[in-house]
Amino acid sequence: MTTRYTEDHEWITVDGDIATVGITGYAAGQLGDVVFVELPEVGKTLSKGDEFAVVESVKAASEVYAPVDGEITAINDALEGEPAKVNEDATGEGWFVKIKLADAAQLDGLMDEAAYSAHTA
Amino acid sequence: MTETLHKTPLHALHVELGGKMVPFAGYDMPVQYPLGIMGEHKHCREQAGLFDVSHMGQARYVGDEAALEALLTCDLSEIGAGEQKYTLLPNERGGIRDDLMVSRPDGNGIYLVVNAATKDADFAHIEAATAGKGILTRIPERALLALQGPAAKDVMARLCPQACKMVFMQCGVFTLDGVDVMMSRSGYTGEDGFEISIPEADADRIARLLLAQDEVAAIGLGARDSLRLEAGLCLYGHDMDENRTAVEASLIWALAKSRRERGDFPGADVVAKQIEDKTCQKRVGLTLTGAPAREGAEIADKSGNIIGIVTSGGFGPTVNGPVAMGYVDRDFMAPGTEVDILVRGKPRAATITKLPFVPANFYRG
Repeated sequence: MTTRYTEDHEWITVDGDIATVGITGYAAGQLGDVVFVELPEVGKTLSKGDEFAVVESVKAASEVYAPVDGEITAINDALEGEPAKVNEDATGEGWFVKIKLADAAQLDGLMDEAAYSAHTA
Repeated sequence: MTETLHKTPLHALHVELGGKMVPFAGYDMPVQYPLGIMGEHKHCREQAGLFDVSHMGQARYVGDEAALEALLTCDLSEIGAGEQKYTLLPNERGGIRDDLMVSRPDGNGIYLVVNAATKDADFAHIEAATAGKGILTRIPERALLALQGPAAKDVMARLCPQACKMVFMQCGVFTLDGVDVMMSRSGYTGEDGFEISIPEADADRIARLLLAQDEVAAIGLGARDSLRLEAGLCLYGHDMDENRTAVEASLIWALAKSRRERGDFPGADVVAKQIEDKTCQKRVGLTLTGAPAREGAEIADKSGNIIGIVTSGGFGPTVNGPVAMGYVDRDFMAPGTEVDILVRGKPRAATITKLPFVPANFYRG
């Protein structure tokens, strides 16, 4: 499995042709306590850069963008009752959606962990 | 163009405490500390929080009080020594230039505290209108701190027991850590607490003394906003402005009875007609579930007709859900009325809710 990162602080982990997407722990820390996550519907088709979710903290709403093209195959329903999972475990239980990749080559344009660490340093 | 931000006397302390600094009303201010907005909010409701509100405008007016009163909606003769009142500075259309506190903490005229973003315009307006009749002196060399929360009185009982004799909306001059400070029993959180005007040279030391008390945590602007929203208190420039009157803003209580009878404040004719007509929009509270409704979200009836707009909204940590304030058409102002708020275009069910969302916890003796 490979994990890549975007400049907008999304992470994407790929297993076969299915990718799991969320926001990074760094992003969650910057937003503060997450109180609501608005997720898309399963079956929705995304293009790279589309706004597909909104994270609400006490203070503000922040958009989350698709790191790659693809179709939503699952959403993390658990966030509805427990949005704080985004703060507690951003890259684990705090995942947002699963996407069926349309073009795996798009991953090559994203940052690896070392590059993302440098990006947020 | 880069704007140079002002710094309050506590700026270095905010940075030292790990405050996340943001521009606000021309000042570099802490929006939150490492505790975070949620934690700071709850700490203030449960124990005590210290706020730096030195960006607000402090001034003193000495002279012909009728000239000052003519600009406001209060009756200055009702404010005795050691008393404070919330009042409005209306324009000729009844719109609100600002909301402010006026008080008599000592024998030296009227002490005013106005909003940061409006202070220059307010003071210029008051000076122009009272020229030759009174002197308005700005007090930029004093810091202003607010100590808020149920444990604020316990802290003050240790550091300045005399101040605990005040009840809500009283004020006076007290000695705190060897310094003469002006203090009132009031605030912007819905909790019991104190607002303390301190010479800037002593502000950092006194802030550290207050923060050294077990009950006290530093609170940033983020939690200040969520606390005042839950308390149903207006944020100037959002929930009230030059285009909304006291009637629309549900602030008729801030118009002194004698002033309404005399009809002698700016815009009194507009306000009197609105009170009689009962047709204008009103500011109300709204509760919903799921996504918070933010400022600017439209409010619709159940048929989809737009009937109002949200002017403040967010997540209420004590309510543990989204809360908002906004303006709605008369027919929809009654608590319990079901409406929709359009959040990112999607209708979300909301209920008109009586303000405040969290019961006030003032000390009235």
